[in-house]
Amino acid sequence: MTTATKPLTLKELSKQEDRLTHGHRMCSGCGAPIIVKQVLMATDYPIVAANATGCLEVSTCISEYTAWKIPWMHSAFENAAATLSGIETMYRAWKKKGLIDKEVKFIAFGGDGGTYDIGFQSLSGAMERGHDMLYVCYDNGAYMNTGIQRSSATPYGADTTTNPAGSKVPGKLQKRKDLTKIMAAHGIPYAAQASPAHWQDLIKKVRKALEIKGPKFMNIISPCNRGWRTRTDDQITLCRIAVDTCYWPLYEIENGVLKVNVKPKEKKPITEFLKPQGRFKHLFAPENEWMLKKIQEDIDSDWELLQKTEAFWGGEEKK
Amino acid sequence: MGKIVAVTGNEAGAEALRQVNPDVCGAYPITPQTDMMQRFSSFASNGKVDTEVILVESEHSSMSACIGAAAAGGRVITATSSQGLALMWEMLFIAAGDRLPIVMPVVNRALSAPLNIHGDHSDAMGARDSGWIQIWSENAQESYDNIIQAFRVAEHLDIRLPVMVCLDGFIISHSIERVEYLEDDKVKNFVGEYKQVNPLLDLEHPKSFGPLILPDLYHEYKRAQHEVMSKVKNVVLDVAADFEKMSGRKYGLFESYRLDDADIAMVILNSAAGTAKDVVDDFRNKGIKAGLLKPRLFRPFPYEEVANALKNVKAICVMDRADSFGAYGPLFVEIWSSMLHLDKKPLMTNKIYGLGGRDFMPDQAELVLNELVEIIKTGKVKTVKEYIGVRE
Repeated sequence: MTTATKPLTLKELSKQEDRLTHGHRMCSGCGAPIIVKQVLMATDYPIVAANATGCLEVSTCISEYTAWKIPWMHSAFENAAATLSGIETMYRAWKKKGLIDKEVKFIAFGGDGGTYDIGFQSLSGAMERGHDMLYVCYDNGAYMNTGIQRSSATPYGADTTTNPAGSKVPGKLQKRKDLTKIMAAHGIPYAAQASPAHWQDLIKKVRKALEIKGPKFMNIISPCNRGWRTRTDDQITLCRIAVDTCYWPLYEIENGVLKVNVKPKEKKPITEFLKPQGRFKHLFAPENEWMLKKIQEDIDSDWELLQKTEAFWGGEEKK
Repeated sequence: MGKIVAVTGNEAGAEALRQVNPDVCGAYPITPQTDMMQRFSSFASNGKVDTEVILVESEHSSMSACIGAAAAGGRVITATSSQGLALMWEMLFIAAGDRLPIVMPVVNRALSAPLNIHGDHSDAMGARDSGWIQIWSENAQESYDNIIQAFRVAEHLDIRLPVMVCLDGFIISHSIERVEYLEDDKVKNFVGEYKQVNPLLDLEHPKSFGPLILPDLYHEYKRAQHEVMSKVKNVVLDVAADFEKMSGRKYGLFESYRLDDADIAMVILNSAAGTAKDVVDDFRNKGIKAGLLKPRLFRPFPYEEVANALKNVKAICVMDRADSFGAYGPLFVEIWSSMLHLDKKPLMTNKIYGLGGRDFMPDQAELVLNELVEIIKTGKVKTVKEYIGVRE
């Protein structure tokens, strides 16, 4: 039985068992546990999860307590994908021998450090090998667990503890790595971006992904009030603004075909996303105006390219 | 009766793994191990094993996948050498800390830099503190026998630890030797069915593997690892006794060669022990009481038993095919530690030999034994640690 056909309403979802229980030690407002809960409530399938070292891992399973009500494994930082590929392979070996008959789904969770950077090879390898698994990256744009250090997912201009906005260097000077596209370029059947603010879209994507055999990747924007330097009750709103400004477009690439799932009626200026966040405060100083301009230009051209790509695949006409 | 064959060490290793028929294998090429996993993959491709082989993109991922697979619940193998083992380093500790009985042949090879693909023991010696059991093998026969026995040791309910079976790169992995294979069903019965105690794939009883453990409990977990190591010796001996019943081949914690009445002795690991035993015979023929000790179980190290075997020897040379730069060789340190409680300690030297595949020739063993004769005469050790077989 799957939940795939159940209506996507809060009423229905509230009946789903919480498979990441309360009592974990994540910060209030943190996106990661919200994302995990949304992912897990998308389905009734038995789930076996692997977790990269990071905030989510250290805060949800501290001996002798665990917040996970599903089989869960953490082994190291850079290898959630490889670890899960081993678990999934053993499942196949057992299935072949008739030792297990249930249809089980395998999900890896990793932060952007453990996914974009140190875990990139492991992820790429597991996807290429075609393991039947969904890799979920909760992307908060820095190594938040070790204290907000720059990762290749850190947005241009952001202030982190390893590229602090100083008098000579105004924060990070490189653009984010476009991991979702890179994963899609592996030729995997499904890659998507989601946001916990658009929970229906997120859950729909998880449901779709879990019905597809083979490797799937989802990149989900995950707010971190410590790293973003924002109010804890602003977090989900910020994730919504990230979509409205097209900083974090919601799209999916299914068998190579790109579809933009949410198109803002009116694209908001990026400053609405940047302004409430302490990590971008320095960008609003007069001498850094050029950076704001560059960020907006990059977003505009990326958004345009995304829509052109969609149009190329015969997607919706530009509105 | 099993088959008698002429095979390389890698071939014998692959055959042992085929007969065990594990559930999952992680495989990544590295010289000189490549050939073993290649052969094993070919068994998988041709339906000779039921194993699911994961052709990973690195040794780090290989060990990570093995850890995931072993936690999931079944029997798991991989094999590696040198840089590959070094790349696994982080994960070796996790495999042992998670108490996952993975079996891994290590085809010993030098470590970079400079790059060298030939045999020495730097790789496995570098992994000696990882919490893995290490069993060393002189030749293809021992490699084959040790791999089969390793499963029983690793999976023993009192142990549940990963095991490395070490064999010398090229010298053993690529040389053809006479090997006596056991029958498939004998091996199958010997290793038996493996049942993981807390499989991750037990969906009815969800478990969390790999928690964060802070100073309140970490220390106790490490002590548990220390304590389980103390039980390994007996299990290794019990398994060896069962193996002897089946095969007629006897194994212990180490091999004592003409040691009972020896005045001088060499302690030497793996393939070079074969050469050294020949030279020991030559010295015996000359009326010099020479002997040899070849360690088999290196982790945990059987200190008391080794001390007991060497206690009446007057002078010992410990031969290391690996260096701990700025310190004595790793095998020397263990032998030296074994002697701690002896009232009368033998005089001891440490020779570093055969690095990066430099041949270990009989004249080197002669040189060493002659020096030991001299040491007994003078009662003095001139230099404790020294490289031999060096081109000057």
